[in-house]
Amino acid sequence: MSQQVYLSSSPHIHSGGSTTKIMRAVIYSLLPACAVAIFFFGLPALFVLLLSVLGCLVCEVVCQRLMKQPVTVSDGSAVVTGILLALNLPPSSPWWMTLLGAFFAIAIGKQIFGGLGYNLFNPALVARVILLISFPVQMTTWSKPEPLSTGLDAVSAATPLGEWKTAVMLTGRMPESLQGGTWDYLVGNMPGCVGEVSALALLAGAVYLFWRKILTWHIPLSYVASVVVLSGLFWLVDSDKYPDPVFHLVTGGLVLGAFYMATDMVTTPVSAGGMVLFGVGCGVLTVIIRLFGGYPEGVSFAILLMNAATPLIDRYVRPRTFGVARKGVLQ
Amino acid sequence: MRQMTFAGGVHPPDQKQATAHKPIEDCPLPAEYVVPMAQHIGAPANPCVAVGDRVLKGQVIGEARGFVSVPVHAPTSGEVTAVEARPHPAGSSLPAVVIRADDEDRWQERPAVEDLAALEAEDIIDLIRRAGVVGLGGATFPAHVKLSPPPEKPIDTVILNGVECEPYLTADHRLMLEEADRLLEGVAVLQKIFASCRVVIGIEENKPDAIELLNQRCSGRDVEVVPLPVKYPQGAEKQLIKAITGREVPSGGLPMDIGVVVQNVGTTAAIADAVLRGTPLIERVCTVTGAAVREPKNLRIRIGMPVAHLVEACGGIDEDPGKIILGGPMMGIAQVDLAIPATRGTSGVLLLREQDLPLRQEGPCIRCARCVQGCPANLLPTTIAAYGRLDRMEEAEDYRALDCIECGCCSFSCPAAIPLVQTIRYAKAAIMARKRSG
Amino acid sequence: MLTAIFSLGGIGLVAAVALGLAAKRFAVEVDPRELAILEALPGANCGACGYPGCAGYAKALVAGEIDANQCPPGGAAAAAKVANILGVEVAIREPEVAVVLCQGDNETASNRYRYLGLTDCVAAQKLAGGPKVCPGGCLGLGTCARICPFDAIEMTPKGLAVISREKCTGCRKCISVCPRQVIRMAPLKTSVHVLCNSHDKGALVRKYCQVGCISCHICEKTVPEAYVIEQLLARVDYDNAGNAGAAVDKCPTHCIRDFVAGYPPGSSYPPAVVPVKSDAA
Repeated sequence: MSQQVYLSSSPHIHSGGSTTKIMRAVIYSLLPACAVAIFFFGLPALFVLLLSVLGCLVCEVVCQRLMKQPVTVSDGSAVVTGILLALNLPPSSPWWMTLLGAFFAIAIGKQIFGGLGYNLFNPALVARVILLISFPVQMTTWSKPEPLSTGLDAVSAATPLGEWKTAVMLTGRMPESLQGGTWDYLVGNMPGCVGEVSALALLAGAVYLFWRKILTWHIPLSYVASVVVLSGLFWLVDSDKYPDPVFHLVTGGLVLGAFYMATDMVTTPVSAGGMVLFGVGCGVLTVIIRLFGGYPEGVSFAILLMNAATPLIDRYVRPRTFGVARKGVLQ
Repeated sequence: MRQMTFAGGVHPPDQKQATAHKPIEDCPLPAEYVVPMAQHIGAPANPCVAVGDRVLKGQVIGEARGFVSVPVHAPTSGEVTAVEARPHPAGSSLPAVVIRADDEDRWQERPAVEDLAALEAEDIIDLIRRAGVVGLGGATFPAHVKLSPPPEKPIDTVILNGVECEPYLTADHRLMLEEADRLLEGVAVLQKIFASCRVVIGIEENKPDAIELLNQRCSGRDVEVVPLPVKYPQGAEKQLIKAITGREVPSGGLPMDIGVVVQNVGTTAAIADAVLRGTPLIERVCTVTGAAVREPKNLRIRIGMPVAHLVEACGGIDEDPGKIILGGPMMGIAQVDLAIPATRGTSGVLLLREQDLPLRQEGPCIRCARCVQGCPANLLPTTIAAYGRLDRMEEAEDYRALDCIECGCCSFSCPAAIPLVQTIRYAKAAIMARKRSG
Repeated sequence: MLTAIFSLGGIGLVAAVALGLAAKRFAVEVDPRELAILEALPGANCGACGYPGCAGYAKALVAGEIDANQCPPGGAAAAAKVANILGVEVAIREPEVAVVLCQGDNETASNRYRYLGLTDCVAAQKLAGGPKVCPGGCLGLGTCARICPFDAIEMTPKGLAVISREKCTGCRKCISVCPRQVIRMAPLKTSVHVLCNSHDKGALVRKYCQVGCISCHICEKTVPEAYVIEQLLARVDYDNAGNAGAAVDKCPTHCIRDFVAGYPPGSSYPPAVVPVKSDAA
């Protein structure tokens, strides 16, 4: 034999999966939501999407060059962050805010921790929350959807959750305008962030990810179930004041959060039990912040808080080893 | 109704189509045999012949050392030309007896046993030990040790492992189809040792012909044939026991601790030869395959045959192989060249082309948890490997690194191409070294 | 406003008093000499002395368990200071540095197989004895460079480990991890070394390495007192190495090197400086 053989430890075959393939699948799954967003919010939404993705890509290249690390934008993770960030911004976001968001997401949310796989918090949410706190006005200026519009002067309106919070603070009751809008909310015909509005498009993408075995049921199901249970409890206690669980499910980016943001692999626990605990924690926090917190929207904060708890969850929640008697889940 | 399977596992492509339908062929005899003294778990045998000695086929050329050891026998008749260290599939050079074959291939006298019922269990086990029978599934554990549980560990279930879950390998499949008689004789021997036990043959569902054949042959014999869902590593001893009986072998323990004994179907057939025909273990079925081999085959080989000779018997190679693997692709050992001998544990020779090899660069762990989902031991491979890399072996042990069965499911699934099994092996070795040095 | 000032001020006062009391009550009795010794030591916690960290060494010194010259990174300077603090005499030990006795990189030495897996010499060695044909040569995967606490080891672009004589403190950590035992200690005063670790016959060495020792004995014939050939491998006798440099140009495979003339090819280190006879503090 003239050519040397390769030697490695076993195994000698591979399933064929790769990080890039996973990122690519996530990008595909987000395309329906992007399409719907552009349909309802027009060119401004497209602008935000493109700026965010480009900003993230450029920021990652610059950061990695500065840190003398190999440039890894081709793995697609910066693109995913860019799309997710854009979906979390209002469609009327000024260009400079979008770019700042991209910077926060990649430089602060990801690269300073060491790059892909090392960040503690979901980068897109880190950026969103920094922007929310720094620029509260721009981050809460919502537009009423104008299907296929091209203009930038959309009509401002409040999100359903924002309307509810204001109404409850003033009157202690659910406003009539919010009742019966479920279909609109499901389809995306409501004011809100670029991506949070069309639950249907997002769910379609999620189904694709389940089929590709990139998403597992643990986090989405436990997140959604705990939201339903907790909000349902409050609604049963006082249905005049508190919205029903379905309202919670279709508004405020819960679908985006439960299926795309809370399921970010890097920042969530690795064990099945840990993931369920994570999802439940997100759900409980989301409902509490929405109903009793200072912000109308709780998904972003809930997920970031649970991201912080992930190392602790991973430390204490471990699967039962084969051949070891169960003494309770916690060790 | 409990599902007959285990948690975790992966589904690598089967790759058995090249040889699943090919009957076992006798491998032509080479001119020289290199017989290693270490072909089993336990102490290697001590050579008991010298250069110039004439030996007969089946003659003991290496004596067992201690209880967990077996003798090694000459695979043919001929003259001993060397007793020295030779390249071994384990990766280093180890003592071996080199025999130049004469053309007679003459057996030493083999006492046959007429009446199995007349034998005591102890005699049977002694016959098995003297024949050098070891586990032919790949682990090569001395069979007589497995079949001698202490009296405080009673056995109620004997499982025959006909699963052959590794891709590419079809040796056990063909053995079950073509040599069911030998297999059932071996079952009878086991039933004599472990009277009134449940006897089960576990076979993966991708071998329907073997399942059907054995079902027919086993009716009325008090032997169940259990088809199992196809999933790697269903053939791993602990996972097989879990699937068939629902019991888990305790961590750090043995199957006998929960009343079970598992034997590979090839081992069982060898037991029949040993006990009923006085035939020592010098040959076995081996699948030589892979895209680089011209004519993949199931060969009946003898220990000591050069692997290069086995490949020649299969038409040789079309192109230089990218990897040479002894065993299956998930747990087999990669070799530097073909200049190594086949041993009792050589269940497969796999020659993969370079284009078939996964040659991606390692990337950072994205905590996707595919390794966790795939692990049949319910471990967290990513965490163990992370600690192992940082040389934090206490934490690696705390995450139960020693329970890893090194099946390869984690590395197989990892999208970042992280060498998880290699890292965990490294950690296990470091942990064991620390335990030994106190 | 006043309540705020009083309440916060009060909390501050209580905390200060509590901390002060705790500092007195829970103070750890430490021999002041230990602290002084700790100051004098380099603080690398490399473990070469055999104790857990510099603090462990300081404790052992004060307890009289060990001589004051057991810290190679500290060298004669630290030994003198420590001896001063303890009021004892101390023998000055000859400073030593580690040397990688190999020059076979990817270009000059051949491999038996292409290695895939962890970039670690110990892990690679486990796979059929390592990818290098030469049984004693440097594997070039950087395990020693990663473990060196003083950043004294670099990996050349072609996969060879080289140790800087200036930065090496003689802590021996690299020696403890190298699976091929190709790193050895040598006195700092000697800069000439035979950079080969293979005991194979010359003809065999030639096949797998262009710069290996073929035990031709030319070095021994040129400077008999400085070179010893043992088991087909030449090495410098460091006790008599004064004239060893004369054989450097005579070696047919160029495996003898004087680091004053330069480190092995590919290294980024400037030529070594031979230390002055007396060790300055």
